[in-house]
Formats: sequence, structure tokens, C-alpha cells
Amino acid sequence: MTPIRTLLFLLSFTFAQAALSNEFGDAKLGEKVYAQCVACHQVGKGAQTGIGPVLNGIFGRQVGAIQDYNYSDSLLRLKHNGMRWNFDNLDAYIENPRAFAAQTRMGYAGLADPKARADLLAYLRIFSDSPANIPEAAPTATKYEVELPDDILALKGDIAYGEYLASECLTCHQAQGSSPGIPPISGWPEKQFVLAMHAYKQKLRTNPVMQMMAGRLADEEIAALAAYFASH
Amino acid sequence: MSFNRRHFLELAAGTTAALAAPAVIGMAKPRVVVIGGGAGGATAARYIAKDSKGAIDVTLIEPSRVYYTCFFSNLYLGGERTMQSLAHTYGKLASSHGINVVHDWAIGIDRDTRTITLASGYKMGYDRLILSPGIDFVDGAVAGWDTSKQNKIPHAYKGGSQTELLKAQLEAMPKGGTFAMVAPPNPYRCPPGPYERVSMIAHLLKQQNPTAKIIVADPKPKFSKEGLFREAWAKHYAGMIDWVGPNFGGNNVSVDADAMILNIDGEAVKVDVCNVIPAMKAGRICEIAGITEGNWAPVSGHTMQSRVDDKIYVLGDATNQGDMPKSAYSANSQAKVAAMAVRAELTGSRVFPAKFSNTCWSMLGTDDGVKVGASYQATDEKIASVGGFISKPGESADLRKATFQESLGWYDGITADMFS
Repeated sequence: MTPIRTLLFLLSFTFAQAALSNEFGDAKLGEKVYAQCVACHQVGKGAQTGIGPVLNGIFGRQVGAIQDYNYSDSLLRLKHNGMRWNFDNLDAYIENPRAFAAQTRMGYAGLADPKARADLLAYLRIFSDSPANIPEAAPTATKYEVELPDDILALKGDIAYGEYLASECLTCHQAQGSSPGIPPISGWPEKQFVLAMHAYKQKLRTNPVMQMMAGRLADEEIAALAAYFASH
Repeated sequence: MSFNRRHFLELAAGTTAALAAPAVIGMAKPRVVVIGGGAGGATAARYIAKDSKGAIDVTLIEPSRVYYTCFFSNLYLGGERTMQSLAHTYGKLASSHGINVVHDWAIGIDRDTRTITLASGYKMGYDRLILSPGIDFVDGAVAGWDTSKQNKIPHAYKGGSQTELLKAQLEAMPKGGTFAMVAPPNPYRCPPGPYERVSMIAHLLKQQNPTAKIIVADPKPKFSKEGLFREAWAKHYAGMIDWVGPNFGGNNVSVDADAMILNIDGEAVKVDVCNVIPAMKAGRICEIAGITEGNWAPVSGHTMQSRVDDKIYVLGDATNQGDMPKSAYSANSQAKVAAMAVRAELTGSRVFPAKFSNTCWSMLGTDDGVKVGASYQATDEKIASVGGFISKPGESADLRKATFQESLGWYDGITADMFS
């Protein structure tokens, strides 16, 4: 092979690689990236919508398609425009959620590295390819971070008290929209809310502001907050 | 009994039930007037109007049509925020919550007749009054300085034009010039504020005027987050900042605004830009109302009611309440307890235990944020701390960046909680 031919061959190989990684990424590496998402999203067999929408079948799905999910106005506008999720718009959304949808309630700062995004999307793609046969996901997706006795999970929250207590949360957690540093908590399912607050209370989660806030709330008060935010 | 008469009686019975309100049976809609549209007042007005769903008539009196937050103004001085990003208006309080927003100064309060006089001459009555006026300065606190000197030597401790003036002076400072700050004695608004300001001014000068010097004359032997600030000053701004505490005369200062001289313990220092942050007291309307003791307005921690007049509630920097620092976060937290208590008194809504919290974030340098916070409960004597936390020296860059991001989130959150 002449040097020129060698160069051309190498170049074409490089281009092919670039195209491949853009389109398909590495699902194995993407599974590791996905660890950032599991606090809110589930995928795999039996996955359900929780804090965030279930991600099985996300490719090709209409934006804002999960019934009864409390989507932001920004996503509802995209839904109204008929947008469906594909590689390009998912890639843009994950790169900078608020640039893509200003009022989004996805409390994620964004992922600047295009390779990591491609890997993540390659991983998520696995759960969209065959709706009839969703594969098992890694067990981290559904494991609870804190073990709570059934009676704590069964507490029925006093919504009016929750509304008063919630006013303290709303100093930082916006009722609508979100910011890079502080996630939205409106519309969370009660169980996830209770689990997260007890994880702070037991200091399994590290943020000292939240450890302080959760640390002085009684179980009934956490239940009251969960009931309020689930309905607002 | 005719159909018409029975129909009338049913209607009347229904109407009475709907209007039943323990404290004000037989009265017109109860009137709450809030004076001061900052973190305390705007929050209180918004929560009372929002949660009473029209049962209480809420008026907010605030002279400024545009509110520039004092919190985050240090980031503006450091070149990290625009002044426009600190600006907020009151339109949504009127349009979304039905609050009557009056842009005027309250200049008189008659507690016997429950009447407020505005600078325009207009008078209005109240059933409950909430005062959240922020701070004013103690006359003669720093020899040679009073508010007539603020155009030469800004305090920049109320948001807006004073902050812009200080920024313009810093940007016009000669190469290698000297910036001096006179720090205030306790208690004052935003305990880490002067030291975050020193950090942010050093941040600005490091880029624009790297041979400039900073002198801080301080009457206090120690200050908020001192270990964290000192670590950051050594790390980011080595050799720029000279802090002079009371051991070296930081408590014995005077200024000469014409000559631009700062005297520290008899030693004259020629300065190019000077920022005097004087000793503080409650906003003047508290004195006018006659509810202050010393420099501040004492309040009950259970409700934020004045200890002098239980028809008046006081919020935020102007209060003497106990352990909470004077901060926007504290004022916002106190406003929610007061809103709950005022609604309960006027409409019979449920009473809940007073809970308070505060966190103060400070920006030390690029992507370098720290925080200190505590939570509080009411005792009969005061608002008492029930535990807190503080960032640690030597934290990882990732954690400091996350803390800084969190502070941006807090800014967006609290301003939405005040104005949306």
C-alpha cells in the first residue's frame, strides 16, 4: 500500500469509527453512565414511572407520553408540536436539559461529553428495540437506598400540614421549573419522597442542608410532605 | 311561608356559613398591610394572599418599582453576575395573587387607630401590620462617614445603585491602587457578606488590576466562616488581602472622604476606593412605629409578633429574635411562620409549630462555593438554634463546585418564592 493509500484507508477508518460512536456508542460503558439516572428513572423488565418517566421504549416515543405524569410546560409544548424522541433530540436534552426545555423538571445538570452521551443512549436503546421483550436491567435500577419498616411507608400524610412544611422546601426547590444545583421535588411519588428523606435523615445521602432539614422531621412530617408534593 | 321567603332564608344561611371567620365575624374582609417588599415582606404578602385564597385583603407597600437583591450583589462586584440578573418586579404579586402593590414610602404609623401614613399623604388602615423594612445605618458609627458621603464612599449594603457605584469605582481604580473596607460590628445583615465581598473584589482585581491591594479594617476579633475565607484568600488571592482586626486597631477607624484617607488607629492610609459598612439598626419605620428596643425590634419566635404590639409582626434584618442570622433566607423563613400565624388569627386557619431554617452560601472564587446553615425552633424566650453545619476546609473541587451550583439554585428558588 502506498503512503497516500494508507492515509486514505486510515482516514476512512477514523470517519467510520466516528460515525459508529455517534450513532451507536458503547452500551456497556453507557450502563455505567446510566448510574447517574437511577435516582429518578427506571428501565428494564418491570420498570415503572417514578420520580421520572420510565425509559423503556423511549426511542420513538412521543415526548410527554406517559399518562398522568406531571410534565413541565416546556415538554408539553414539544408534545403539542408532535415531537418524538430520537437520538438527536435525546442527545441535546441530556447535554443541557434547560437549554433544550427551559422549564424542565428533570433535575440534571447535563452531560458535556458527547462520547458519554452516545454510550448512555446506546444503553437506553437496548430497552427500546423490542417492546415485546424488554431485557432485565442491572439491579441498581430498582434497589431502594434505605430499608424502612412497613408502618413508616404506610403512614398517611396530613396534606394541610404538608403544605405548611413544604413552604420551607420552596425556598430552594422551585414549585415550577428547576435549576442545575437544586432538583425539583414537585410531583414526586410519595414512596420515593419518603425514601429520599429518610436516606438524608439517616445520613446515607451526603448533602448537609438536606441532612439538617430531614434530620428534624418526624416520620409523620415526612409523610405529610410526601403527600403534599405528590399532589402539587 | 312563601317560596321566596324560604329561598331567601336558605341563601342567607349558606352565605353566613361561607363567611364565618372567628376573629372577624361581622367585619369586612380583614386587611393586612406589609411594609417592605424584600425577602421577608414579599414572601409574607405572597403566602398570605396565596393561601387565604381571597379571604384576606393584602397590600404591599414598597418604594422601589424594581427590587435589586442585596444577596448575590457581591457576585456582581466580582464580575460573575449582571445587575439585570439581580432585578425583580412586583407584577406577578398583583396579577397572580391579587396583592395591592403600592409604590410609596410609609412615613407614619398610628398604632392606636391602626393607620399608616404614606409619603404621598394617603392614609390606610390595617387589622394586622407586617414590617419588613430591612436595615438602616447607625449615625456616627464610623467617624467621618454619614450617608451624605455615600456617593464618595459607598456602603453598598442595600442592593442597586450603591452596588453599581462601588463596582464603577473599582473598575476605575488606578493600577496597583488600594481598596479599603471598613467592616461592621455585630449584629449586621449577612454575616459572611463583607468577607464574600472581599473575596469577590479580589477576584475582580486579580483579573483587571492584579497589583492592587485590599485592606479590611474590622472591629470584630473573628468573623463568619473565617477559616474558609482565610483558606480561600491564601489559595486564590495570595498577598492581596490585609485584614486588620481589633488587636491592630481595626476597631478604631475614621475616614476623610475629601482626602480619601482611612485612619486605622492613628495611622493614615491613602486609599483609592473605600467601602464603609457602618453599624446597623432596624429600618427607620420600626422606630417611627415605636416598637424598637435599642437598635432592633424584639419579636416572639412563635409568631414573629412584636413584643410591643401584638397587631404588628416584624420580619428579617430589623428584628431581635434570638439565634438566626440576619439574612434573606432567614427573613423568607420567618415570613412563612408569620403568614401562617396571621392567617390563623384572621381566618381561623390551622396553627402549626414554628420552624425556621437558614443557609448562607458564599462564593470564594471560580466554582468555589461554601455554605453554613442551621435550623431553629421557637422557645418562649427566643428563636433557638437546634443544630447546624458548615463547609470544611480542604473540600474537593467537585464538592465546592456543586455547592456553588447549589447557591445558584437557591437564588432562583428564593426569588421565585418571593415574586412568582
